[in-house]
Amino acid sequence: MKSSDFVRQLPGGEAHFSRPRTLASILHIDVPLFTLLLTLVLGGLFVLYSGSEKSMSDVARQGIHFAVASSLMLILARFDPQVFRRWAPWVFFLGLAGLVAVLVFGSDAKGAQRWLKIPGVGVRVQPSEFMKLAVPMMVAWYLSDRILPPSFKHIIGALIIIFVPAALIAKQPDLGTAILIAASGVFVLLFAGLGLRWILGCLAGVAALAPAMWFFVMHDYQKQRVLTFLDPESDPLRTGWNIIQSKTAIGSGGFGGKGWLEGTQSHLDFLPESHTDFIIAVLAEEFGYIGVACILTLYMMIIGRGLYIAANGQDTFSRLLAGSLIMTFFVYVFVNMGMVSGILPVVGVPLPLVSYGGTSVLTLMASFGILMSIHTHKKMLSR
Amino acid sequence: MASRELKDHFREQRIFFQRAIWAALGVIALSLALFARYYYLQINQHEVYKTLSDRNRMQLQSITPTRGLIYDRNGVLLADNQPTFSLTLVKERTKDVDATIAELQDILEITDDDVESFRKRMGQRRRPYESVTLKSRLTEEEIARIAVNRHRLAGVEVEAELIRYYPLSDTLAHVLGYVGRISERELKQVDPANYSGTQYYGKLGVERHYESLLHGSVGYQTVETDARGRVLRVLDRVAPTPGADISLYLDVNLQRAAIEALDGRRGAVVAIEPSTGGILALVSTPSFDPNLFVTGIDSATYKALQDSPDIPLFNRALRGQYPPGSTIKPFLGLAGLDTETINVNSRVWDPGWYQLKNDDRKYRDWKRSGHGWVDLNASIEQSCDVFFYDMAFKMGVDNMYAYMAQFGFGEQMVYDIDEAQDGILPSREWKRAARRLPWFPGDSLNMGIGQGFMLSTPMQLATATAVLANRGKWVRPRLIKTINESEVADIESPPDVTLKQEWYWNYVIKAMEGVMHGRHGTARSSGKDSTYKMAGKTGTAQVIGIKQNAVYDAEAIAERHRDHALFVGFAPVDNPKIAVAVLVENGGGGSGAAAPVARKMFDAHLVGPKLEPGQMQAASP
Repeated sequence: MKSSDFVRQLPGGEAHFSRPRTLASILHIDVPLFTLLLTLVLGGLFVLYSGSEKSMSDVARQGIHFAVASSLMLILARFDPQVFRRWAPWVFFLGLAGLVAVLVFGSDAKGAQRWLKIPGVGVRVQPSEFMKLAVPMMVAWYLSDRILPPSFKHIIGALIIIFVPAALIAKQPDLGTAILIAASGVFVLLFAGLGLRWILGCLAGVAALAPAMWFFVMHDYQKQRVLTFLDPESDPLRTGWNIIQSKTAIGSGGFGGKGWLEGTQSHLDFLPESHTDFIIAVLAEEFGYIGVACILTLYMMIIGRGLYIAANGQDTFSRLLAGSLIMTFFVYVFVNMGMVSGILPVVGVPLPLVSYGGTSVLTLMASFGILMSIHTHKKMLSR
Repeated sequence: MASRELKDHFREQRIFFQRAIWAALGVIALSLALFARYYYLQINQHEVYKTLSDRNRMQLQSITPTRGLIYDRNGVLLADNQPTFSLTLVKERTKDVDATIAELQDILEITDDDVESFRKRMGQRRRPYESVTLKSRLTEEEIARIAVNRHRLAGVEVEAELIRYYPLSDTLAHVLGYVGRISERELKQVDPANYSGTQYYGKLGVERHYESLLHGSVGYQTVETDARGRVLRVLDRVAPTPGADISLYLDVNLQRAAIEALDGRRGAVVAIEPSTGGILALVSTPSFDPNLFVTGIDSATYKALQDSPDIPLFNRALRGQYPPGSTIKPFLGLAGLDTETINVNSRVWDPGWYQLKNDDRKYRDWKRSGHGWVDLNASIEQSCDVFFYDMAFKMGVDNMYAYMAQFGFGEQMVYDIDEAQDGILPSREWKRAARRLPWFPGDSLNMGIGQGFMLSTPMQLATATAVLANRGKWVRPRLIKTINESEVADIESPPDVTLKQEWYWNYVIKAMEGVMHGRHGTARSSGKDSTYKMAGKTGTAQVIGIKQNAVYDAEAIAERHRDHALFVGFAPVDNPKIAVAVLVENGGGGSGAAAPVARKMFDAHLVGPKLEPGQMQAASP
């Protein structure tokens, strides 16, 4: 397929210009994406209500998270993508400084240093979360100035941009986020046209590095998770428990599910973290395969729309950033649903926009704000 | 910025588009993998996980029925259920039982005995999620200590349970028996379903005999639990049927009176209401506190009870087999009259001994100087042995056996007691089987005065006395009066004792009245100053030997060589309300040691002040 064909396929064109200024265009909202996200968020709140043991306060707090995150999305959507491009290095180095600060004087939560207290304000920030946006922005910024596909030198440069923060985050230790961030950077490289040989080479390199990771990088509990993943029944009461229980929850849901609020696995405390990382098991138990298929389809539609936006990005930076953001979103979905259903090791990755938690919602909605910005500012840019 | 000028935007766009297609394909492929994975779990493996999930959350729990209460005839509570707190462990939920026990031992006192019996119980067939008691009767402080350490004691629970409590302690231990932890052997005997939640089992006495009645039937509930086994919701419940409340003929006042009258001596008292056969008192002293046995007695206390020379665990009233001595003379007198071996005019010269023809051996009377000329009446009143030697010789063993058997000797006749002994009523067949010897005339003589081979229990003596008081009408002794407040229907009794002449009864009973009230009555001092007439017979049983390997204690051994004192009797004579048998081990003569006990019983039952049930309970510990 020629690129010219692609251009012709672009919808809107002149028609877009003549379109009346709707509320959506004033707000810089992409209506299909927004609709899909809203559906997901509202549906997610229902599952959360069940997963959090009918805690209305949890649902309300999550609602507030969404409200705040949506505001951020709308704010970011207003910015011209070029602004992100200009900010990228600043954002990146600010985030990197934050990561270093966390390692030096981060506060301890659940045995891992991920948070940074800002003195006097009482707000805790999580620089690693910030990096989920900063890293793809930085890599996109770095590569979009270069001739693509990137040369060897630039690939190395991009890899350094990716792996320095990833290593810092892995050290916190937060392997899940480190992997997500590395993935988001690698996606930029892939979209930039990283050669097939490189892709295969990287995969081989990861495979070769894995044993070294095992012995020198991974913490015992991380190793345990991998071992448990390989054989969950080997330790059914401790590390294997989660996965056995979540599989039981999913499997017992069957085709039609047990009904909303009727999930016994989750409501009887068998399922751990039923309102955060393992919430898909609650959904699978209560809404059955139909529910799983619905949410997965919804995710695919969001990703599809995201890829569409990326493909229609007006410049290389926009395309690379949008593509990376939406693929990272998919990684979230895949890793979470994969780990809960036992095909991936347990890593702390939430189900995007459904799992309870403010930071991931904030980051994800921010990335959708960027996507919307990329999509809605196109024509204005071309004027 | 040179590179930027060289950028080929269309090429970049094309590359991106290609990669976006690949990305989309990748997303689709991996999404399909997820679809497939969830399809596999939810559709293919649904049954497997559904079963797992149900097993996870549902447990069939048995609900132990509440054990029935036991009351005396006046409504005094004899066996109660007391709520107590126990420390339990659930193996399934405890990572390491040994470590947990060790931790618990740091927190509170758990003896090796506790641990040992816990392990024994743990080994019994129980459902894995059922809790096993480690320590019973926790104090408030112990409960608090466990609560504080809860977080590190997985599988440890403090459970409320109803534990049998005997408010009157040792007063009724020998009759009520007690419940204790059900043993493996007992578990095999009972319906395992009905006992699935039951920890206690009647070990002795009433508790044992009426186990099935007192136990009730088990209930079930299907409960939903969380991962830690905590019950969250009851899905389905079949209520248990509580055990029946029973009341006994026993009268605690009388029981107490007997214990008081025995005054610390080793002995037994059985009192029966002749009209019903109801056992009014069943005492064996010394006794023990049955409460010690309920949750498991510690070995030191048990050893002390078992090794005590007074053998407090031994139920003398039911299992103590003693030569009945002269107490059987009224029965033999009836046999003699009915077989026409003698008549009321038959007289015998008693020089102080009796001799068979062609036999040099002298059979001595208890009174060295002899009683002179005696008839049956005098022989009963004064307990003349020579008259009975003569009659026994003439009547022969077969007649004696036949009549004595009709009164229930040689057989356990109690309706609702399992552990009573049969005693020995000798016969020719018995002697041939037991001793491989023929019956000699001398054996008959010994039997005529209740010595020799014959052994009977205080219970048998009381039973026979009640039949005598009834003038032959049999009432089988029993403890149970009502079940859930409805009277227990009449029970089958042996055939009544019928005599050729009805007045023989009155004659013998008159003679027994003489024992109490006659000028020469052996128990006349016990019959003094009564507002009612009583009938009785004293007895003295020779002690054959003493316990082997007993610790040498001159005084104690001397005491234990003394005769056993016996007494049977009833009162009032015309309308018997109470028949008693008293045994005082090594008490000496029946008149001095046993008859006064009986008198106190009669007084307590017939004229004594009756305490209200409320007062009784208030007085109990």
